[in-house]
Amino acid sequence: MSRIVGIDLGTTNSLVAYVEGGIPRVIPDAEGRALLPSIVAWTPDGVVVGEAARRQLVRNASRTVYSVKRLMGRGYDDVKDELARLPFAVTPQAEVVTIRIGDREVTPPEVSAHVLRALKQRAEAHFGEPIEQAVITVPAYFNDAQRQATKDAGRIAGLEVLRIVNEPTAASLAYGLQKMAQGVIAVYDLGGGTFDISILRVKDGVFEVLATNGNTHLGGDDFDRAIVDWLLADIRARHGADLSGDPEAMQELRLGAEAAKCRLSFDERTVLTIPFERFTYHRDVTRADLETMVDSLVATTLGPCRQALADAGLRANEVDEVVLVGGSTRMPLVKRRVADLFGRAPHSRLNPDEVVALGAAVQAQILAGGITDMLLLDVTPLSLGIETLGGIVSVLIPRNTTIPTLAKEYFTTSVDGQTAVDLHVLQGERELAKDNRSLARFDLAGVEPMPAGMPKIEVTFLIDANGILQVQARELRTGKAASIEVKPTYGLTEVQVEQMVEDSYTYAEDDVNARLLIETQTEADTVINHVERALRQAGGIATAEERAGIDAALATLRTARAGTDRNEIRECTIALNQATAPLADRMMEAAIKDAVTSKRADQLLESD
Amino acid sequence: MTVTDYFTVFGLPRKLVVDGPALQRRFYELSREHHPDFHQGAAAARQAEALAQSAMVNRAYRALRDPLSRVEYLIALEEGREVREGATEKPRAPRELLEEMLEVQEALEEAKAEGMGGEAAGRLREERARLEARYAAEGEAIVGRGAEWDRLVDEGGDRKPLLEWFKQRLATRAYLRTVIDDLSDALGEREGSHVSHRRH
Repeated sequence: MSRIVGIDLGTTNSLVAYVEGGIPRVIPDAEGRALLPSIVAWTPDGVVVGEAARRQLVRNASRTVYSVKRLMGRGYDDVKDELARLPFAVTPQAEVVTIRIGDREVTPPEVSAHVLRALKQRAEAHFGEPIEQAVITVPAYFNDAQRQATKDAGRIAGLEVLRIVNEPTAASLAYGLQKMAQGVIAVYDLGGGTFDISILRVKDGVFEVLATNGNTHLGGDDFDRAIVDWLLADIRARHGADLSGDPEAMQELRLGAEAAKCRLSFDERTVLTIPFERFTYHRDVTRADLETMVDSLVATTLGPCRQALADAGLRANEVDEVVLVGGSTRMPLVKRRVADLFGRAPHSRLNPDEVVALGAAVQAQILAGGITDMLLLDVTPLSLGIETLGGIVSVLIPRNTTIPTLAKEYFTTSVDGQTAVDLHVLQGERELAKDNRSLARFDLAGVEPMPAGMPKIEVTFLIDANGILQVQARELRTGKAASIEVKPTYGLTEVQVEQMVEDSYTYAEDDVNARLLIETQTEADTVINHVERALRQAGGIATAEERAGIDAALATLRTARAGTDRNEIRECTIALNQATAPLADRMMEAAIKDAVTSKRADQLLESD
Repeated sequence: MTVTDYFTVFGLPRKLVVDGPALQRRFYELSREHHPDFHQGAAAARQAEALAQSAMVNRAYRALRDPLSRVEYLIALEEGREVREGATEKPRAPRELLEEMLEVQEALEEAKAEGMGGEAAGRLREERARLEARYAAEGEAIVGRGAEWDRLVDEGGDRKPLLEWFKQRLATRAYLRTVIDDLSDALGEREGSHVSHRRH
């Protein structure tokens, strides 16, 4: 079996990791960096990802997409409040918001696929072999649509996603593998865009999630936003300028705010300096200032913590260890609030930026059969239900049910001869259907015409180990499997994903061709340069016949080089090499003589 | 799947007194056997089977680990009906609670008239605390008669009266829950959801 890697597809940064010799390790890029910024930019030279895309944030703001995780599996209503703040154009569609890049509409899974592809290539370069299977982490509180969108992203990137794992659970696996956490542990995971709290019992290699809760729209991005608002008000007061409508200035402010926030985790005060066109903005910011700005946001994480404890049937003092995960937990304020709630100091012995990816690698190793003594029992974060008469939700699978799990429900017809039944499936904790997340409408078709109330349609709702719903239906009186047409409320249809997978191949081919052409052209340039230099230096030792042949080959290559036919350039390059071969041989002989002479000179110099 | 009920999944008789730690150990054993994580490389059919078995084990454990949900499950099993957790149909008020409910109703009206800030709100909180205690007591009473049920099973006695009693107590308890939640809603003090999920 080929290697299965673990991927943390984060709001701000993404990582890929693998277990080698029993120890999970993050796979670095060629420059030794572990974190890949989850940023994708469309430039005239093509799509760039990571650090290269980060450099496009200000000067190419409208074509540089960041924090796309917040848009994964989302509809317009979910994100309309923050759209105005994004420098790229988001097309407001009910089902799947899309991002407008020039004349193309790009979906969030396609953007994420670029990040995944970069990680895939990183792993392939590291191992020197193709990587086709992965475990990808998601926030524990991600709903069905968000999970599905993540899986779609993997497929578009050419990865078979063997498992979607919850981030806090993955973190607990990384700790557990190294025997760094035992008993009842609370994993508090505050990242760039999402917040999760999971309560687990870790005992004898079994990782049993007791309860989970969270907020998929709360993280470092929101802190940055609070800081930017504060800075905007300050700039208005001190410079009389309103920068809120200037995308580039806003991006500068956001990056400045983010950097200042990070520094204030270690320093008591920092200076923010941003050169704008008309003025340079200087501002002293203290940690106390920052804490005033974000205190209410941090406080909103405590409610989910209490709820998770209540669902686990535990009191705060029954938690043995509190583990911090995610970059935002570096903030001293977060540590204090968490310590207050649980009555004990939290710890982050493993790097909070890397621990989720490490855990994903552990899960990958479990799936590969390389680890057999660890058992992970996760839960579904949200209750699953169906809409009944009067718009009330009837819960089929309550939240915090261990997965995989299934529920069966029976339906009948209300009109004579009715051949189809509609089902509306929802996720959430509210009593009314309209207040919950609509997952899909199922159209059970192909029911035999019978008097009303006669058919008995058994519908099985199965939540798999990824936390993703599968539905099957069958009419019990005839035993016929009813066909189900699924209309996902949010997300991509199977057909759309297929199309994107195909597109990615097409584009990938374009990309490869472009790269090969550039490589061939570069090689031709190198050869032309060498030959020209050689002719200048030693043209005299060539015979007239040789010289004519070389000149002809050189001219042909120059013509070919101006075009885009890669094969022609290659052939002409080879022809030129052949034409110069006798000359090169003679030059080589001369060079060897020179080398012997200069070596003597070297030795003389050395002994000096 | 050949297994028909949750007790059989764990190899247990249909009895109410269950050794919790032993049940947990068995749950972990069964999970190690069936969890999809350990069948990743298997053929598709085997994977589907593992998924179904694992789902069954998880549902069975959820129904049996808590003494009260165990009673609920057993009743459904005895009556041969489908059980479903977390159903949202509001339970109707048992007759025995009628008088108390009228009092609660009165306190609620008064508190609302005072804008939920005054003395009546305090009275409402007291009512709620009383109901919470009653709710807990109902649960204990139900669990307390589990051994009696098991004895009837062993001796082949008439279990019907006890079954009816269980049903009545569970109905009362469920109704108390909705009233407590309604009061908390009115007081604006409810955290989380309407369904009391994990523990009872």
